[in-house]
Amino acid sequence: MPEVTMTVNGQEASGDVEGRTLLVQFLREHLRLTGTHVGCDTSQCGACVVHVNGQSVKSCTMLAVQADGSAVTTIEGLASGNELHPMQAAFHENHALQCGFCTPGMVMSAVDLLQKNSSPSETEIREWLEGNLCRCTGYKNIVKAIQHAAAGDAA
Amino acid sequence: MYDFGYHRPNSLTEANAAVDGATDPVLMAGGHTLIPALKLRLAQPSDVVDLCAIDELKGIRDDGDALVIGAMTTHCEVAESDLVMSRIPALASLAGGIGDPQVRHRGTIGGSVANNDPAADYPAGCVGLGATIHTSKRQIAADDFFGPSFDTALEDGEIVTAVSFPVPGKAAYAKFPNPASRYAIVGVMVAKTSDGVRVAVTGAGHGVFRDTAIELSLADAFTADAVAGSGADEDDLNSDIHASAEYRKHLIGVMAKRAVTAASG
Repeated sequence: MPEVTMTVNGQEASGDVEGRTLLVQFLREHLRLTGTHVGCDTSQCGACVVHVNGQSVKSCTMLAVQADGSAVTTIEGLASGNELHPMQAAFHENHALQCGFCTPGMVMSAVDLLQKNSSPSETEIREWLEGNLCRCTGYKNIVKAIQHAAAGDAA
Repeated sequence: MYDFGYHRPNSLTEANAAVDGATDPVLMAGGHTLIPALKLRLAQPSDVVDLCAIDELKGIRDDGDALVIGAMTTHCEVAESDLVMSRIPALASLAGGIGDPQVRHRGTIGGSVANNDPAADYPAGCVGLGATIHTSKRQIAADDFFGPSFDTALEDGEIVTAVSFPVPGKAAYAKFPNPASRYAIVGVMVAKTSDGVRVAVTGAGHGVFRDTAIELSLADAFTADAVAGSGADEDDLNSDIHASAEYRKHLIGVMAKRAVTAASG
Protein backbone atom coordinates (compact mmCIF):
# COMPACT_ATOMS: atom_id res chain seq x y z
CA MET A 1 0.00 0.00 0.00
CA PRO A 2 1.55 3.34 -1.00
CA GLU A 3 2.49 5.80 1.71
CA VAL A 4 1.88 9.45 0.96
CA THR A 5 3.35 12.48 2.67
CA MET A 6 2.17 15.99 2.03
CA THR A 7 1.99 19.32 3.80
CA VAL A 8 -1.61 20.04 4.69
CA ASN A 9 -2.41 23.51 6.02
CA GLY A 10 1.24 23.97 6.93
CA GLN A 11 1.65 20.69 8.79
CA GLU A 12 3.18 17.49 7.52
CA ALA A 13 0.65 14.71 7.09
CA SER A 14 1.28 11.17 5.99
CA GLY A 15 -0.65 7.96 5.73
CA ASP A 16 -1.00 4.63 3.98
CA VAL A 17 -3.48 4.80 1.13
CA GLU A 18 -4.60 2.65 -1.76
CA GLY A 19 -3.74 3.73 -5.28
CA ARG A 20 -7.42 4.48 -5.79
CA THR A 21 -7.80 6.67 -2.69
CA LEU A 22 -8.94 10.11 -3.80
CA LEU A 23 -7.31 13.21 -2.36
CA VAL A 24 -10.67 14.24 -0.89
CA GLN A 25 -10.98 10.85 0.84
CA PHE A 26 -7.50 11.23 2.30
CA LEU A 27 -8.36 14.71 3.61
CA ARG A 28 -11.77 13.81 5.01
CA GLU A 29 -11.36 10.22 6.15
CA HIS A 30 -7.68 9.94 7.06
CA LEU A 31 -7.04 13.46 8.31
CA ARG A 32 -10.62 14.16 9.45
CA LEU A 33 -10.60 17.51 7.67
CA THR A 34 -14.28 17.39 6.79
CA GLY A 35 -14.57 21.04 5.74
CA THR A 36 -13.87 19.93 2.19
CA HIS A 37 -17.14 18.54 0.85
CA VAL A 38 -18.07 15.99 -1.78
CA GLY A 39 -21.05 17.17 -3.78
CA CYS A 40 -21.34 15.48 -7.14
CA ASP A 41 -18.24 13.24 -7.15
CA THR A 42 -18.08 13.81 -10.92
CA SER A 43 -15.86 16.94 -11.23
CA GLN A 44 -18.82 19.20 -11.90
CA CYS A 45 -19.82 20.97 -8.69
CA GLY A 46 -16.63 22.25 -7.05
CA ALA A 47 -17.65 21.58 -3.43
CA CYS A 48 -14.35 19.69 -3.05
CA VAL A 49 -12.02 22.47 -4.27
CA VAL A 50 -8.73 22.73 -2.36
CA HIS A 51 -5.39 24.25 -3.29
CA VAL A 52 -2.52 22.00 -4.34
CA ASN A 53 0.77 23.88 -4.58
CA GLY A 54 -1.22 27.13 -4.55
CA GLN A 55 -3.60 26.22 -7.37
CA SER A 56 -7.30 25.37 -7.00
CA VAL A 57 -8.18 21.81 -7.98
CA LYS A 58 -11.09 19.44 -7.55
CA SER A 59 -9.94 17.01 -4.88
CA CYS A 60 -12.52 14.41 -5.96
CA THR A 61 -10.72 14.14 -9.31
CA MET A 62 -7.20 13.74 -8.00
CA LEU A 63 -5.67 10.69 -6.38
CA ALA A 64 -4.03 11.07 -2.99
CA VAL A 65 -0.87 9.58 -4.49
CA GLN A 66 -0.83 12.38 -7.07
CA ALA A 67 -0.57 14.89 -4.23
CA ASP A 68 2.37 13.07 -2.63
CA GLY A 69 5.04 15.68 -1.85
CA SER A 70 2.67 18.59 -2.46
CA ALA A 71 1.49 21.46 -0.29
CA VAL A 72 -2.28 21.31 0.19
CA THR A 73 -4.51 24.01 1.65
CA THR A 74 -8.09 23.27 2.67
CA ILE A 75 -10.80 25.56 4.00
CA GLU A 76 -9.56 24.75 7.52
CA GLY A 77 -6.21 26.31 6.66
CA LEU A 78 -7.42 29.76 5.68
CA ALA A 79 -8.23 31.42 9.00
CA SER A 80 -5.55 32.63 11.42
CA GLY A 81 -6.79 31.39 14.78
CA ASN A 82 -10.11 33.09 15.39
CA GLU A 83 -9.52 35.63 12.66
CA LEU A 84 -11.31 34.73 9.45
CA HIS A 85 -9.51 34.97 6.11
CA PRO A 86 -10.73 38.13 4.29
CA MET A 87 -12.64 35.96 1.81
CA GLN A 88 -14.38 34.07 4.62
CA ALA A 89 -15.19 37.40 6.30
CA ALA A 90 -16.59 38.76 3.03
CA PHE A 91 -18.81 35.68 2.59
CA HIS A 92 -20.00 36.13 6.19
CA GLU A 93 -20.73 39.82 5.87
CA ASN A 94 -22.48 39.53 2.53
CA HIS A 95 -24.52 36.46 3.47
CA ALA A 96 -22.94 34.63 0.55
CA LEU A 97 -24.43 31.31 1.52
CA GLN A 98 -27.77 29.68 2.01
CA CYS A 99 -27.39 26.01 2.95
CA GLY A 100 -23.61 26.38 3.04
CA PHE A 101 -22.73 23.09 1.37
CA CYS A 102 -20.93 24.64 -1.60
CA THR A 103 -19.29 27.35 0.53
CA PRO A 104 -15.89 25.73 1.24
CA GLY A 105 -15.31 25.14 -2.46
CA MET A 106 -16.62 28.59 -3.39
CA VAL A 107 -14.26 30.25 -0.90
CA MET A 108 -11.23 28.21 -2.01
CA SER A 109 -11.98 28.91 -5.67
CA ALA A 110 -12.51 32.63 -4.99
CA VAL A 111 -9.22 32.89 -3.08
CA ASP A 112 -7.44 31.42 -6.10
CA LEU A 113 -9.17 33.89 -8.43
CA LEU A 114 -7.90 36.87 -6.43
CA GLN A 115 -4.40 35.38 -6.43
CA LYS A 116 -4.48 35.58 -10.23
CA ASN A 117 -6.60 38.68 -10.70
CA SER A 118 -6.81 41.04 -7.75
CA SER A 119 -9.62 43.18 -9.18
CA PRO A 120 -11.86 40.97 -11.33
CA SER A 121 -14.97 42.32 -13.04
CA GLU A 122 -18.34 40.79 -12.25
CA THR A 123 -18.15 38.92 -15.57
CA GLU A 124 -14.71 37.56 -14.74
CA ILE A 125 -15.94 36.40 -11.33
CA ARG A 126 -18.94 34.65 -12.84
CA GLU A 127 -16.79 33.00 -15.51
CA TRP A 128 -14.29 31.87 -12.88
CA LEU A 129 -17.10 30.25 -10.87
CA GLU A 130 -17.98 28.07 -13.87
CA GLY A 131 -16.78 25.03 -11.91
CA ASN A 132 -18.59 25.83 -8.65
CA LEU A 133 -22.29 25.10 -8.41
CA CYS A 134 -24.65 26.49 -5.75
CA ARG A 135 -27.86 24.45 -5.69
CA CYS A 136 -29.51 27.22 -3.62
CA THR A 137 -28.71 29.54 -6.57
CA GLY A 138 -27.16 32.04 -4.19
CA TYR A 139 -24.74 33.37 -6.77
CA LYS A 140 -25.70 37.04 -6.42
CA ASN A 141 -24.32 37.39 -2.91
CA ILE A 142 -21.39 35.07 -3.64
CA VAL A 143 -20.31 37.37 -6.47
CA LYS A 144 -20.90 40.39 -4.22
CA ALA A 145 -18.75 38.89 -1.47
CA ILE A 146 -15.88 38.26 -3.88
CA GLN A 147 -16.16 41.84 -5.15
CA HIS A 148 -16.03 43.10 -1.55
CA ALA A 149 -13.05 40.89 -0.72
CA ALA A 150 -11.25 42.15 -3.84
CA ALA A 151 -11.94 45.75 -2.82
CA GLY A 152 -10.63 45.05 0.68
CA ASP A 153 -14.00 45.89 2.20
CA ALA A 154 -14.19 42.82 4.41
CA ALA A 155 -13.28 43.26 8.05
CA MET B 1 -13.31 2.37 -8.35
CA TYR B 2 -11.30 -0.84 -8.25
CA ASP B 3 -7.77 -0.60 -6.91
CA PHE B 4 -4.72 -0.65 -9.16
CA GLY B 5 -0.95 -0.45 -8.96
CA TYR B 6 0.29 3.13 -9.15
CA HIS B 7 3.54 4.15 -10.87
CA ARG B 8 5.10 7.59 -11.17
CA PRO B 9 8.07 7.25 -13.54
CA ASN B 10 10.61 10.08 -13.85
CA SER B 11 11.49 9.49 -17.51
CA LEU B 12 10.00 8.07 -20.70
CA THR B 13 12.32 5.09 -20.34
CA GLU B 14 10.93 4.35 -16.90
CA ALA B 15 7.38 4.90 -18.18
CA ASN B 16 7.92 2.41 -21.00
CA ALA B 17 9.28 -0.10 -18.48
CA ALA B 18 6.27 0.39 -16.20
CA VAL B 19 3.90 -0.16 -19.13
CA ASP B 20 5.80 -3.24 -20.32
CA GLY B 21 5.78 -4.73 -16.81
CA ALA B 22 2.00 -4.47 -16.28
CA THR B 23 -0.72 -6.83 -17.48
CA ASP B 24 -3.31 -4.17 -18.32
CA PRO B 25 -1.80 -0.70 -17.85
CA VAL B 26 -3.26 2.70 -18.57
CA LEU B 27 -1.38 5.96 -18.96
CA MET B 28 -2.56 8.93 -16.90
CA ALA B 29 -1.89 12.56 -17.82
CA GLY B 30 -4.06 15.08 -15.92
CA GLY B 31 -6.54 12.35 -15.01
CA HIS B 32 -9.61 14.45 -15.66
CA THR B 33 -11.15 11.92 -17.99
CA LEU B 34 -9.47 8.81 -16.61
CA ILE B 35 -10.35 9.26 -12.92
CA PRO B 36 -14.08 9.78 -13.64
CA ALA B 37 -13.93 6.70 -15.91
CA LEU B 38 -12.26 4.69 -13.13
CA LYS B 39 -14.95 5.77 -10.66
CA LEU B 40 -17.64 4.51 -13.03
CA ARG B 41 -15.66 1.29 -13.62
CA LEU B 42 -15.68 2.09 -17.32
CA ALA B 43 -11.92 1.50 -17.06
CA GLN B 44 -10.47 -1.18 -14.79
CA PRO B 45 -6.71 -1.19 -15.42
CA SER B 46 -4.27 -3.33 -13.45
CA ASP B 47 -1.85 -0.41 -13.25
CA VAL B 48 -1.95 3.36 -13.66
CA VAL B 49 1.24 4.92 -15.02
CA ASP B 50 1.18 8.60 -14.02
CA LEU B 51 3.19 10.79 -16.40
CA CYS B 52 3.20 13.87 -14.13
CA ALA B 53 6.84 13.62 -13.03
CA ILE B 54 8.42 13.37 -16.49
CA ASP B 55 10.04 16.74 -17.11
CA GLU B 56 10.71 16.05 -20.80
CA LEU B 57 6.93 16.09 -21.40
CA LYS B 58 6.46 19.60 -20.06
CA GLY B 59 6.82 23.12 -21.36
CA ILE B 60 6.22 25.25 -24.44
CA ARG B 61 8.99 26.21 -26.83
CA ASP B 62 9.30 28.35 -29.92
CA ASP B 63 10.63 26.26 -32.81
CA GLY B 64 10.77 29.07 -35.35
CA ASP B 65 7.77 28.53 -37.59
CA ALA B 66 6.04 26.29 -35.03
CA LEU B 67 5.25 26.10 -31.34
CA VAL B 68 6.02 22.80 -29.62
CA ILE B 69 3.86 22.10 -26.58
CA GLY B 70 4.84 19.27 -24.23
CA ALA B 71 2.15 16.64 -23.66
CA MET B 72 1.90 17.30 -19.91
CA THR B 73 1.35 21.03 -20.35
CA THR B 74 -1.95 21.98 -18.75
CA HIS B 75 -4.76 23.87 -20.46
CA CYS B 76 -4.16 26.72 -18.00
CA GLU B 77 -0.48 26.91 -18.94
CA VAL B 78 -1.31 27.06 -22.64
CA ALA B 79 -4.05 29.66 -22.08
CA GLU B 80 -1.77 31.92 -20.01
CA SER B 81 1.44 31.44 -22.01
CA ASP B 82 2.81 34.72 -23.38
CA LEU B 83 4.41 32.73 -26.19
CA VAL B 84 1.16 31.06 -27.26
CA MET B 85 -0.83 34.27 -26.87
CA SER B 86 1.59 36.15 -29.10
CA ARG B 87 2.23 33.47 -31.76
CA ILE B 88 -1.06 31.51 -31.92
CA PRO B 89 -3.67 33.41 -29.90
CA ALA B 90 -6.40 31.12 -31.27
CA LEU B 91 -4.78 28.21 -29.43
CA ALA B 92 -4.51 30.12 -26.14
CA SER B 93 -8.16 31.06 -26.48
CA LEU B 94 -9.17 27.47 -27.22
CA ALA B 95 -7.30 26.18 -24.15
CA GLY B 96 -8.83 28.90 -21.96
CA GLY B 97 -12.32 27.76 -22.93
CA ILE B 98 -11.95 24.10 -21.93
CA GLY B 99 -14.04 23.03 -18.91
CA ASP B 100 -13.66 25.28 -15.88
CA PRO B 101 -10.61 26.79 -14.12
CA GLN B 102 -9.99 23.75 -11.90
CA VAL B 103 -10.21 21.39 -14.86
CA ARG B 104 -7.77 23.62 -16.77
CA HIS B 105 -5.33 23.44 -13.84
CA ARG B 106 -5.07 19.65 -14.17
CA GLY B 107 -6.12 18.68 -17.71
CA THR B 108 -3.36 18.42 -20.30
CA ILE B 109 -3.00 18.70 -24.06
CA GLY B 110 -1.48 15.22 -24.30
CA GLY B 111 -4.33 13.67 -22.35
CA SER B 112 -6.94 15.44 -24.44
CA VAL B 113 -5.32 14.44 -27.71
CA ALA B 114 -4.80 10.81 -26.68
CA ASN B 115 -8.38 10.54 -25.42
CA ASN B 116 -9.93 12.05 -28.59
CA ASP B 117 -13.32 12.82 -27.10
CA PRO B 118 -15.57 13.61 -30.10
CA ALA B 119 -16.64 16.88 -28.40
CA ALA B 120 -13.22 17.95 -27.11
CA ASP B 121 -11.63 21.20 -28.28
CA TYR B 122 -8.01 20.19 -28.89
CA PRO B 123 -8.70 17.75 -31.76
CA ALA B 124 -10.20 20.67 -33.73
CA GLY B 125 -7.21 22.80 -32.75
CA CYS B 126 -4.76 20.16 -33.94
CA VAL B 127 -6.48 19.35 -37.23
CA GLY B 128 -7.42 22.97 -37.97
CA LEU B 129 -3.88 24.20 -37.45
CA GLY B 130 -2.30 21.22 -39.21
CA ALA B 131 -0.42 20.09 -36.10
CA THR B 132 1.91 17.12 -35.75
CA ILE B 133 1.54 14.73 -32.82
CA HIS B 134 4.90 13.58 -31.43
CA THR B 135 4.94 10.23 -29.64
CA SER B 136 7.48 8.00 -27.95
CA LYS B 137 7.80 6.15 -31.27
CA ARG B 138 7.13 8.55 -34.17
CA GLN B 139 5.51 11.72 -35.47
CA ILE B 140 1.97 11.64 -36.83
CA ALA B 141 0.14 14.35 -38.79
CA ALA B 142 -3.05 15.38 -37.00
CA ASP B 143 -5.00 14.54 -40.17
CA ASP B 144 -3.88 10.91 -39.75
CA PHE B 145 -3.99 10.77 -35.94
CA PHE B 146 -7.64 11.23 -34.99
CA GLY B 147 -10.08 8.42 -35.77
CA PRO B 148 -13.76 8.13 -34.90
CA SER B 149 -14.77 8.83 -31.27
CA PHE B 150 -11.99 8.00 -28.78
CA ASP B 151 -9.97 6.19 -31.47
CA THR B 152 -6.50 7.39 -32.47
CA ALA B 153 -3.49 6.12 -34.36
CA LEU B 154 -1.76 5.39 -31.03
CA GLU B 155 -0.63 1.84 -30.44
CA ASP B 156 -0.74 0.16 -27.04
CA GLY B 157 1.80 1.76 -24.75
CA GLU B 158 2.68 4.52 -27.21
CA ILE B 159 3.01 7.82 -25.33
CA VAL B 160 2.16 11.25 -26.73
CA THR B 161 5.18 13.44 -25.93
CA ALA B 162 4.34 16.78 -27.56
CA VAL B 163 2.24 18.51 -30.18
CA SER B 164 3.80 20.95 -32.63
CA PHE B 165 1.62 23.65 -34.16
CA PRO B 166 2.77 25.52 -37.29
CA VAL B 167 2.17 29.24 -36.72
CA PRO B 168 -0.75 30.20 -39.01
CA GLY B 169 -1.21 33.49 -40.86
CA LYS B 170 -4.61 33.91 -39.22
CA ALA B 171 -6.68 31.58 -37.05
CA ALA B 172 -9.54 31.55 -34.58
CA TYR B 173 -11.64 28.99 -32.75
CA ALA B 174 -15.36 29.48 -32.16
CA LYS B 175 -17.33 27.18 -29.92
CA PHE B 176 -21.00 26.74 -29.12
CA PRO B 177 -20.58 25.07 -25.73
CA ASN B 178 -22.96 22.82 -23.89
CA PRO B 179 -23.92 25.15 -21.04
CA ALA B 180 -23.48 22.44 -18.40
CA SER B 181 -20.36 20.54 -19.47
CA ARG B 182 -18.65 23.23 -21.60
CA TYR B 183 -17.89 20.54 -24.16
CA ALA B 184 -18.47 21.66 -27.73
CA ILE B 185 -21.92 21.08 -29.18
CA VAL B 186 -20.10 22.44 -32.21
CA GLY B 187 -16.59 23.91 -32.25
CA VAL B 188 -14.82 25.15 -35.38
CA MET B 189 -11.15 26.02 -35.83
CA VAL B 190 -10.49 28.09 -38.94
CA ALA B 191 -6.90 28.75 -40.01
CA LYS B 192 -5.33 30.51 -42.96
CA THR B 193 -2.04 28.71 -43.41
CA SER B 194 0.73 28.60 -45.98
CA ASP B 195 -0.94 25.44 -47.35
CA GLY B 196 -4.34 27.07 -47.68
CA VAL B 197 -7.40 27.41 -45.49
CA ARG B 198 -8.16 24.65 -43.00
CA VAL B 199 -11.51 24.28 -41.24
CA ALA B 200 -11.81 21.61 -38.54
CA VAL B 201 -15.04 20.74 -36.74
CA THR B 202 -15.49 19.08 -33.34
CA GLY B 203 -18.62 18.15 -31.40
CA ALA B 204 -20.81 17.85 -34.47
CA GLY B 205 -19.87 14.36 -35.61
CA HIS B 206 -18.36 11.11 -34.42
CA GLY B 207 -14.93 12.67 -34.27
CA VAL B 208 -13.12 15.74 -35.58
CA PHE B 209 -13.36 16.31 -39.36
CA ARG B 210 -12.40 18.90 -41.97
CA ASP B 211 -15.25 20.73 -43.67
CA THR B 212 -13.95 20.91 -47.21
CA ALA B 213 -16.96 22.85 -48.53
CA ILE B 214 -16.22 25.70 -46.15
CA GLU B 215 -12.49 25.44 -46.85
CA LEU B 216 -13.12 25.85 -50.59
CA SER B 217 -15.47 28.79 -50.02
CA LEU B 218 -12.71 30.63 -48.15
CA ALA B 219 -9.93 29.90 -50.64
CA ASP B 220 -10.42 33.09 -52.64
CA ALA B 221 -11.82 35.46 -50.03
CA PHE B 222 -11.14 34.92 -46.34
CA THR B 223 -14.23 36.77 -45.13
CA ALA B 224 -17.27 35.83 -43.04
CA ASP B 225 -19.58 36.62 -45.99
CA ALA B 226 -17.76 34.05 -48.12
CA VAL B 227 -18.39 31.16 -45.70
CA ALA B 228 -20.53 28.54 -47.41
CA GLY B 229 -22.89 26.19 -45.61
CA SER B 230 -21.30 23.09 -44.13
CA GLY B 231 -20.63 20.28 -46.53
CA ALA B 232 -21.20 17.64 -43.85
CA ASP B 233 -23.78 14.92 -44.46
CA GLU B 234 -26.45 15.14 -41.74
CA ASP B 235 -26.43 11.35 -41.50
CA ASP B 236 -22.87 11.61 -40.20
CA LEU B 237 -23.69 14.23 -37.55
CA ASN B 238 -24.81 13.70 -33.96
CA SER B 239 -28.43 14.08 -33.00
CA ASP B 240 -29.20 14.05 -29.28
CA ILE B 241 -31.08 15.90 -26.54
CA HIS B 242 -28.75 18.86 -26.93
CA ALA B 243 -29.07 19.46 -30.66
CA SER B 244 -30.39 17.76 -33.78
CA ALA B 245 -28.08 16.93 -36.69
CA GLU B 246 -29.80 19.63 -38.74
CA TYR B 247 -29.11 22.23 -36.04
CA ARG B 248 -25.52 21.11 -35.63
CA LYS B 249 -24.97 21.43 -39.37
CA HIS B 250 -26.34 24.98 -39.22
CA LEU B 251 -24.10 25.75 -36.25
CA ILE B 252 -20.99 24.67 -38.17
CA GLY B 253 -21.56 27.50 -40.65
CA VAL B 254 -22.35 29.99 -37.89
CA MET B 255 -19.27 29.08 -35.86
CA ALA B 256 -17.11 29.17 -39.00
CA LYS B 257 -18.32 32.72 -39.74
CA ARG B 258 -17.61 33.79 -36.16
CA ALA B 259 -14.14 32.24 -36.33
CA VAL B 260 -13.32 33.97 -39.62
CA THR B 261 -14.50 37.29 -38.18
CA ALA B 262 -12.41 36.79 -35.04
CA ALA B 263 -9.36 35.69 -37.06
CA SER B 264 -9.61 38.77 -39.24
CA GLY B 265 -10.10 41.19 -36.34
